[in-house]
Amino acid sequence: MKIAKHTYDAVIVGAGGAGLRAALQLSESGLKTAVLTKVFPTRSHTVAAQGGVAASLGNSTEDNWHWHMYDTVKGSDWLGDQDAIEFMCRKANEVVVELEHYGMPFDRLDNGKIYQRPFGGHSQNYGQSPVSRSCAAADRTGHAMLHALYQRNVRAKTQFFVEWMALDLIRDADGDVVGVTAMEMETGEVSIFHAKAVIFATGGAGRIYYSSTNAFINTGDGVGMAARAGVPLEDMEFWQFHPTGVAGAGVLITEGVRGEGGILRNAAGERFMERYAPNLKDLASRDVVSRSMVTEINEGRGCGPDKDHVLLDITHLSPETIMKRLPGIREISIQFAGIDPIKAPIPVVPTCHYQMGGIPTNYKGQVVAPKGDNPNTPVTGFYAAGECACASVHGANRLGTNSLLDLLVFGKSAGETVVEDIQSGNLRLKPLPDDAADFSLARMARLENQKDGTNVHEVRLAMQRTMQKHAGVFRFSELLQQGVTAILEVAEQAKTTEIKDKSMVWNTARMEALELDNLIEVAKATMISAEARKESRGAHVRDDAPDTAEFPNGRRDDEWLKHTLWYSEGNRLDYKPVNLQPMSESVDPIALATRTY
Amino acid sequence: MSKRTVQFKIYRYDPDRDEKPYMQDISVELEPSDKKLLDALVRLKVKDDSTSFRRSCREGVCGSDAMNINGKNGLACLTDVDSLPQPIVLRPLPGLPVIRDLIVDMTQFFKQYNSIKPYLVNDNPPPERERLQSPEEREELNGLYECILCACCSTSCPSFWWNPDKFVGPAGLLAAYRFIADTRDEATNERLDNLEDPYRLFRCHTIMNCVDVCPKSLNPTRAIGKIKDMMVRRAV
Repeated sequence: MKIAKHTYDAVIVGAGGAGLRAALQLSESGLKTAVLTKVFPTRSHTVAAQGGVAASLGNSTEDNWHWHMYDTVKGSDWLGDQDAIEFMCRKANEVVVELEHYGMPFDRLDNGKIYQRPFGGHSQNYGQSPVSRSCAAADRTGHAMLHALYQRNVRAKTQFFVEWMALDLIRDADGDVVGVTAMEMETGEVSIFHAKAVIFATGGAGRIYYSSTNAFINTGDGVGMAARAGVPLEDMEFWQFHPTGVAGAGVLITEGVRGEGGILRNAAGERFMERYAPNLKDLASRDVVSRSMVTEINEGRGCGPDKDHVLLDITHLSPETIMKRLPGIREISIQFAGIDPIKAPIPVVPTCHYQMGGIPTNYKGQVVAPKGDNPNTPVTGFYAAGECACASVHGANRLGTNSLLDLLVFGKSAGETVVEDIQSGNLRLKPLPDDAADFSLARMARLENQKDGTNVHEVRLAMQRTMQKHAGVFRFSELLQQGVTAILEVAEQAKTTEIKDKSMVWNTARMEALELDNLIEVAKATMISAEARKESRGAHVRDDAPDTAEFPNGRRDDEWLKHTLWYSEGNRLDYKPVNLQPMSESVDPIALATRTY
Repeated sequence: MSKRTVQFKIYRYDPDRDEKPYMQDISVELEPSDKKLLDALVRLKVKDDSTSFRRSCREGVCGSDAMNINGKNGLACLTDVDSLPQPIVLRPLPGLPVIRDLIVDMTQFFKQYNSIKPYLVNDNPPPERERLQSPEEREELNGLYECILCACCSTSCPSFWWNPDKFVGPAGLLAAYRFIADTRDEATNERLDNLEDPYRLFRCHTIMNCVDVCPKSLNPTRAIGKIKDMMVRRAV
């Protein structure tokens, strides 16, 4: 079979916020760049972000990046790498202002500056009081941002391959990355993209869970490709359950609702967050709020006939505020909950939202893996940014508005590093291995010829139910152990998926089968990493690591202050130290402390 | 809502297999949790995995699942399935080439969008901080920037059907006005020049189908009217 081959300086996979931000760096530097994306860029999931992007502009309340850095380290439950966190918080103002210059329609204050609202876990003066740090365009910040970035790329004449799905990473005998294979949806044909550098910006895999705020397309394609190519995945046990998904529908209701004054109430109408987080209350970190909600529900104080959700109340806000600051939320509530939040509270429940772990990178966007004595050796030619990557700035729990910041900062940083590495001559076009496309073609042929196989929908559903039951908001030792067996069984079934539709043209059945291969890698990584981590930290809280005087919150820094690395081959686990040292010598490390809000 | 069966009549065409398009009669049993047309289509795809359509966010912000639903363009994810008379007739968006089933080739649509230079033009050296804009100036962008590029409007517009290569269409013109209305943009004259042509702007005959179908309740006709006003004012 003859395979078309395209050659570029750099290939970016994914055209959400991180991919588009990286693409700007490359296109504007004149490098020959291809951006592969399985959906038209403005359909990417960044579009669904609502509440804002963090930057310590200090437009309405005094702020500085040191406070932001402290909040982020504390939010991460000290699992975030402090060099990367310092880098991100220091760069925040620059990348947000840049975005404004690109045309992003931020809301404005009376003095003409960017409007900022409070958000969970963000504080003034090292945890003292809430701060307005979230730069917002109403409650459509992700939409406004993604369109502004796409528009800037139109100006930069970036070359897109729209509706091309990347299949596998190509590594040569040295382990260097030299390209990817990809399938064009319209023709079903597989091509090779040969390049000096490959940047993954493929987003998260929230669809491993049954109930998720994530789009259908969030199938962890880059994470799966990396895992299949032998790259370890970092900290995959840490998943964020967003406190406020619409009960039953899963659609996101931004934390910005609470930033504007919204209150969570139980069946008795009580503002229960006062009991769990006396200081920041409803604006505590997401993991804390989600666990508090589930505790309320488990203890019989849930709302509705089945007592299975709580209520998000903004009826005390003026209709003008709701129409001006939260118009999208009102639309979503009416559409998906049948409720106008001006008149009645919104039924909400914690819902899988964000993948804290991912492909390990440093703050330059280089993918790193253990080699010899160095656990962070760059994989030549391979870069990653955004939700698919783990820099690691979110550690065990991400703060709201830090994801849009992450994709801007590290999208740009990965782009800059690639430009540097290519222009300095460090990266050359290495020859393609003879078998460059064989692995992808074998996967396609297997799917094509599968007889008496399993059903893609059924296997996916089994995976989603397994993850939901065995690795949810609260985790139980016994359920995790059973979960490992269960998910490995599901993974076996995924090896023999069969599709009826064999058309070459826009075959969505084939696409879903290929996506399932990626999801399964993520699901295995999550369950196995979670079972192994015998402590509670951030979003990973287990019954056998309870809050004690010796180990507050169940966190075991003596044994578990380290990053997990999971390898697909043999489901092997390895660990590497957390970087507790900031990037600059002049910046003091944020010392370990017990996390309370 | 309980379990119930819904009847569909769906436009099907796979160029790899079918000589010509046909309408497929098919029914599917819905679960109580299936509320939107997209839920029903996903359920249908379990039954027949060859049914092809685009979808992503399932909450009306990505613009993937635009289609012609019982004769009117809309988003499947924002349409209550139980509100639709049956059989539910689904066709691809009108006026664009069909690739397969409900999937259309949107090249022409995006070409028109790109033709209006959909990006902020301001060649002054950027200040160190944000460019300032008053809340009132920013409010001028409301009703313009929220467009999701689903193409419901342009593909319901007879002027776009007739001249998709010459008439920018409501979505592109809405975007053009979004930048004209932005106090930070300095290319108003060039933008008006770019539209000064018998077709690009003036093929809009205020039929207002675009307003009728927009799933985000935007009003491209009003934006087009404002551009026309500016053209006239500029000429006198």
